Amino acid sequence: MKSIFPKGVIDKITGKCLVLSGNDIDTDRIIPARFLKCVSFNQLGDKVFADDRISLKGTHPFDLKVNKGSKILIVDENFGCGSSREHAPQALMRWGIRAIIGNSFAEIFYGNCLALGIPCATISKNEINNLKELIKQDQENIWEFNLKQQLLNHKDNRISFKIESGPLNMLRTGKWDATSQLMGNKEELNKTILNLPYLNKFN
Amino acid sequence: MSSGTLYDKVWDLHRVADLPGGSTQLFIGLHLIHEVTSPQAFAAINEKGLKVRFPERTIATVDHIVPTTSQKRPFADPLAEEMLAKLEENCTNFGIKLYGLGSGNQGVVHVMAPELGLTQPGMTVACGDSHTSTHGAFGAIAFGIGTSQVRDVLASQCISMNKLKVRRLWFEGSLSKGVYAKDLILHVIRNLGVKGGVGYAYEFAGPAIEILSMEERMTICNMAIEGGARCGYINPDEITFEYLAGKKNVPTGEAWDRAVKWWKRLSSDKKAQFDDEVIFNASEIAPTVTWGITPGQGIAIDECIPKTEALKGSELSIAKEAYSYMDLKPGSPIEGVPINVCFIGSCTNGRLSDLKAAAKIAKGRHVARGIKAFVVPGSEQVAKEAKKEGLNDLFISAGFEWREPGCSMCLAMNPDKLEGNQISASSSNRNFKGRQGSSNGRTLLMSPAMVAAAAIKGQVTDVRNML
Repeated sequence: MKSIFPKGVIDKITGKCLVLSGNDIDTDRIIPARFLKCVSFNQLGDKVFADDRISLKGTHPFDLKVNKGSKILIVDENFGCGSSREHAPQALMRWGIRAIIGNSFAEIFYGNCLALGIPCATISKNEINNLKELIKQDQENIWEFNLKQQLLNHKDNRISFKIESGPLNMLRTGKWDATSQLMGNKEELNKTILNLPYLNKFN
Repeated sequence: MSSGTLYDKVWDLHRVADLPGGSTQLFIGLHLIHEVTSPQAFAAINEKGLKVRFPERTIATVDHIVPTTSQKRPFADPLAEEMLAKLEENCTNFGIKLYGLGSGNQGVVHVMAPELGLTQPGMTVACGDSHTSTHGAFGAIAFGIGTSQVRDVLASQCISMNKLKVRRLWFEGSLSKGVYAKDLILHVIRNLGVKGGVGYAYEFAGPAIEILSMEERMTICNMAIEGGARCGYINPDEITFEYLAGKKNVPTGEAWDRAVKWWKRLSSDKKAQFDDEVIFNASEIAPTVTWGITPGQGIAIDECIPKTEALKGSELSIAKEAYSYMDLKPGSPIEGVPINVCFIGSCTNGRLSDLKAAAKIAKGRHVARGIKAFVVPGSEQVAKEAKKEGLNDLFISAGFEWREPGCSMCLAMNPDKLEGNQISASSSNRNFKGRQGSSNGRTLLMSPAMVAAAAIKGQVTDVRNML
């Protein structure tokens, strides 16, 4: 079965941009705690922003028809703050989001996204406002999120974004799924263990 | 770049290798798991046919979903029952020690692990829960991780991570009477912001910190993450060693002497270099209460909710959202705001000293009419100690409910929830929209003593007038 989720080398993501304005949007809002009662992530896609969507009665950006099928999420400052729940990026991913651009991200959320192959790119506040305008103006709204160029491309528009070099490398080489790498380096691991006093009776 | 700090020393000791992506492979000394963020990680291990690399270095408990009224199995909520059953099954299959209900050591993971002496200075501690920063109180480097990383730690006992910068938060003076560790950390987050710590580890130091108990230190480190700092820590000292001595899992005899010697060397050097430093005066901190929807929206009890004119650009939009969500008026005092529910507990403030501080206020008084107030000990151990001191009876006769240990209404993944737009005085750590189980429920964060005071008066109250 072909996986619909990110896999291997991630160089380019093409799709619609979805704008979600607001600073400090926390993971409790992305996925309210009651939906964490599950032993699998499968059902989380529909529940993304559940409470915000209920209170906005169909006018939440994730409910608007024009945003259906969007792949690139545009946010503001400190997106994903709060809990470490991977359920948050899982819910976004299962809804269809494949890349996020914002002014800044909370650290654990950023790492959780990376572990799923979802790049979080940063751009300045001015650029975000500029981008929001461009998205508003264009009904078609198809953008190319290009990791190689670190550019968001759309017709004649080029908006440059930043991704830290480490994560960028991991995504572009397909090595963002860390497990297999971490299982290597056996000799180094043994050395580290032998050197840790608390694993060696404090000798 | 920092050098000579505890963070640098512990990081270097646990650094296994540099990974191709540019991050570091870091060994995890202690891995804690619970029922919410582990099942999908175990599923991945099973799917890939992997083993748990060091099962003895992972410890499990159950906390988020347990009911605090009756803990009889099976739980009334089938989803909660399924999650606990899954954790039990995974722990059995992979040979992981589980401190389950009734074991005598079950509790909120960040309360029970220190009690068992599992958390020790110089360790790296990881858990699929952002409040793992709590364990930094011991001079450990402790941080929350996502489920993918829980899988990584199970499979390899390592994670891929980038080194943080280190900011020292230096506290002169000492906390005044009626002002607690919770107020100190709420004050920090108010001043440095909820994202001020992103990219940093916070070292809490200075005369005001050095005199704090381990439980107070845990409260402070617990909420480092609410200020954006993935980990917070305090250099280990005699208070740390005294707490650890005699605990299960802590070395004894000559090994203890060697351990203390090593632990002492871990503290940040006198000449350590920090990437940044901020100085506070602890004596100036007042009881602090949040009025909004982020832990950074806090004010001293005798202040008024900020007026829009007083706020800067980026603070303004979230403040406006908060005014409307909280239904509180800019410029009005926080003292006197009527409340409906009072919650004492959580990994921030569910330890014995927290319960004692609240009990001191509750003693000889009674919860105001119409207020639901309840006390949830952080662990079976805390419950046992509290009962020994008669705190349960004291609370009950003051009109509080006395519950079984668990995360309870801190995050409401269990039957403890706000209803409708109820407003709670809560000793927990997050006042996010909907956090306490109702999509329009409202949370005011404060110290346990302040929660008790609010319960007695039925409104937000300055606890200093009740001491």
